[in-house]
Amino acid sequence: MSPTRTPPHTGGGFKAVCHRLWHDHAARWAVAVLLFLYAAVALADVIAPVGPYWRDRSTANAPPTAVYVRDAQGRFHWPFVLKQTRVFHEESLEYLYPVDPTVRYSLKLGIKGEPYALLGLFQSDCHLVNVDAPASLHLLGTDMNGRDIFSRLLFGGRISLTIGFLSLLVAFPIGLIYGGIAGFAGGWVDSLMMRFAEILMSIPSLYLLLTLATIIPASLSSTERFALVVISLALIGWAGLSRVVRGLVLSIKQQEFVEASRALGQRPWVILTRHILPQTWSFVVVAVTLSVPGYLLMESGLSFLGLGIQQPDASWGNLLKEAQTLTNVLYRPWMLAPGLLIFAAVLAFNILGDTVRDVLDPKSQART
Amino acid sequence: MNVLDLCKLVAQRLVLALPTVVAVSVIGFFLMRYNLDFGVWTLPDLHHRGRTVTVHVHLKNPIDPLAELKQNPMISPAVIASETQRLGLNQSLPVQYWRWLSHVVGLPALSGVNLPNQPWLATPNLGKTVNGEDVATQLAVRAGNTLLLNVCVIVLTWLLAIPLGVYAAVHWRSKADRLMTLLAAVGMAAPSFVLALIVAVICVRTHWLPVGGLTSVGYEDFTWWHQAWDRLVHLALPVGILTIGGLASLQRQMRGNLLDVLQAEYVRTARAKGLPEHQVIYKHAVRTAINPLITMLGYELAGLLSGSLLVEMVLNYPGLGQWTYNAVLQTDTNVVMASLVMSAVLLVVGNLLADVLLSLADPRIRLEASPS
Repeated sequence: MSPTRTPPHTGGGFKAVCHRLWHDHAARWAVAVLLFLYAAVALADVIAPVGPYWRDRSTANAPPTAVYVRDAQGRFHWPFVLKQTRVFHEESLEYLYPVDPTVRYSLKLGIKGEPYALLGLFQSDCHLVNVDAPASLHLLGTDMNGRDIFSRLLFGGRISLTIGFLSLLVAFPIGLIYGGIAGFAGGWVDSLMMRFAEILMSIPSLYLLLTLATIIPASLSSTERFALVVISLALIGWAGLSRVVRGLVLSIKQQEFVEASRALGQRPWVILTRHILPQTWSFVVVAVTLSVPGYLLMESGLSFLGLGIQQPDASWGNLLKEAQTLTNVLYRPWMLAPGLLIFAAVLAFNILGDTVRDVLDPKSQART
Repeated sequence: MNVLDLCKLVAQRLVLALPTVVAVSVIGFFLMRYNLDFGVWTLPDLHHRGRTVTVHVHLKNPIDPLAELKQNPMISPAVIASETQRLGLNQSLPVQYWRWLSHVVGLPALSGVNLPNQPWLATPNLGKTVNGEDVATQLAVRAGNTLLLNVCVIVLTWLLAIPLGVYAAVHWRSKADRLMTLLAAVGMAAPSFVLALIVAVICVRTHWLPVGGLTSVGYEDFTWWHQAWDRLVHLALPVGILTIGGLASLQRQMRGNLLDVLQAEYVRTARAKGLPEHQVIYKHAVRTAINPLITMLGYELAGLLSGSLLVEMVLNYPGLGQWTYNAVLQTDTNVVMASLVMSAVLLVVGNLLADVLLSLADPRIRLEASPS
């Protein structure tokens, strides 16, 4: 992309984007998948049978609980599970998880469980589905600490799916203002500022993230760590944004209305923030949708390495960390489920981004 | 383009690239060693009107470069004191940086610390790892491995992506094109480390390909062709996984560029004057469509280095990424600094090569470089 690119055509607007999203087959699916994922993590408290920190050491590393509809005699029942126990098999030196077929534990809808505040507002202890004690329902098995992976997946999604937007919230103002000032000032200020941005961009992002992770002390609360991950992701993302904003500002500032406001005696800061930067909105929309999957991937990569979100908190990347040892995946392939969710979310965001760009930048439409 | 012009171009780009590498090292060094003491400030107390509070603003670095030494009971305080002296930890940040730099470029005499028997010109000294190994020698091995991996990936990606992109553009909206569009979307969305995990598990199960390392046990005793084969087989897995992601995006870009070019006037002219279709496409359109991709090569390399870090980790490939990761876990500042700078160097060299390639491929750039 050349720096003096004309701003993307803004004729499309919000309505056109919505229209296209609805009528494009792939885009509709992408929106549906994203809505489903976001709804699932927002309602995690209800959907998850147990909380993210619930644990039962006696069933560590259990496989997914089988849900039956027929009993041993072949009679049909309301879906039920059987109680799993963990026993150590002395000959094969491994844990086995036999079930007790005598007592059936039916799945119960709206069962009472751990109390929570839905969306931070409604106090409740009603869970969508679970079974009575002593049996337990682990749809994706349990991890090495005996925590329910399915529940942690839902709660971890809250972090993974929002961290991108939070980082953008930090990175965007920086990129917008920095690129705006560079483009508006021009001359040596511009080249100096852009040189600095290019230097940041010329470091492979994960290496820079690792360097930042080195100086994050180990003794941090999970909130502080979350904030630091958001900030380090933003520190890496703003440079690329500022470069494109600068290109846009360079071409916009040549237009007559800028000259007019200059002639009216408005201060440069006002011209920049009130007249020039708002012109770049369509780019902002495109950049947001296009860069969210990047942040998602970066967070999961960082947490996968154990340097991002850390135990006991869950994120999709950090749930995958347990799958890092290959023997774990060999015996418990369901541990790759978070990877599948990352894949689905990134794919949906990519399709969404492509569609939005097609609408706002008609030149690229010919290609699809 | 003659050799002189090429040298001029390379020299020009190197002059621009050098400050970049220096700046990266400054940023890294600052992060590793910052210890900013802003002194004691007297500020008005917001809770009690009229009173003041004194605040000591001191941004202390969480990393202590000598932490490992201090924990070791075998190391005497005198050694720690001399290490502090040698690294200049009690000096200001620019002085420390200058010492580091003078050792890195192999001119220890410039550092201002004159040790006995110190040669004027030495081999680059990047310090020691926490395990006492020489960082520079380790770095050469590790960076070499990562470079080998990434060069293989780039070559393979280009060899596959360009023909596939051309095919998709020429057979625009055919079944094959749609299939490739779908596969590319999947390939771009699949996180490299998840892919690596899945493929590694399959390979461990089936023994199709060896997982981890560079060579098999007993590599030294193999015949040379067996050694070559062994290396190739060990490279296959990481190269294959990293190629998938790059292949998808490059194929999409090639397709898009070629579709744009095929609409251009000169392509229509070429067709109108009766050139056979394959000549129109391969002699005129494809050559123009490739040029933007060469410019992207540099940025592609940045993404590739990051991606290979995760894949190296999962597949236990002894490259720069795995080394850095282990260093971060041990807060080995010398190694982290060295690999940060090395990754920037690799990137700068990659960009330089892309520039040279572009100038060879695109006559317009050639004209710009030699304004005579």
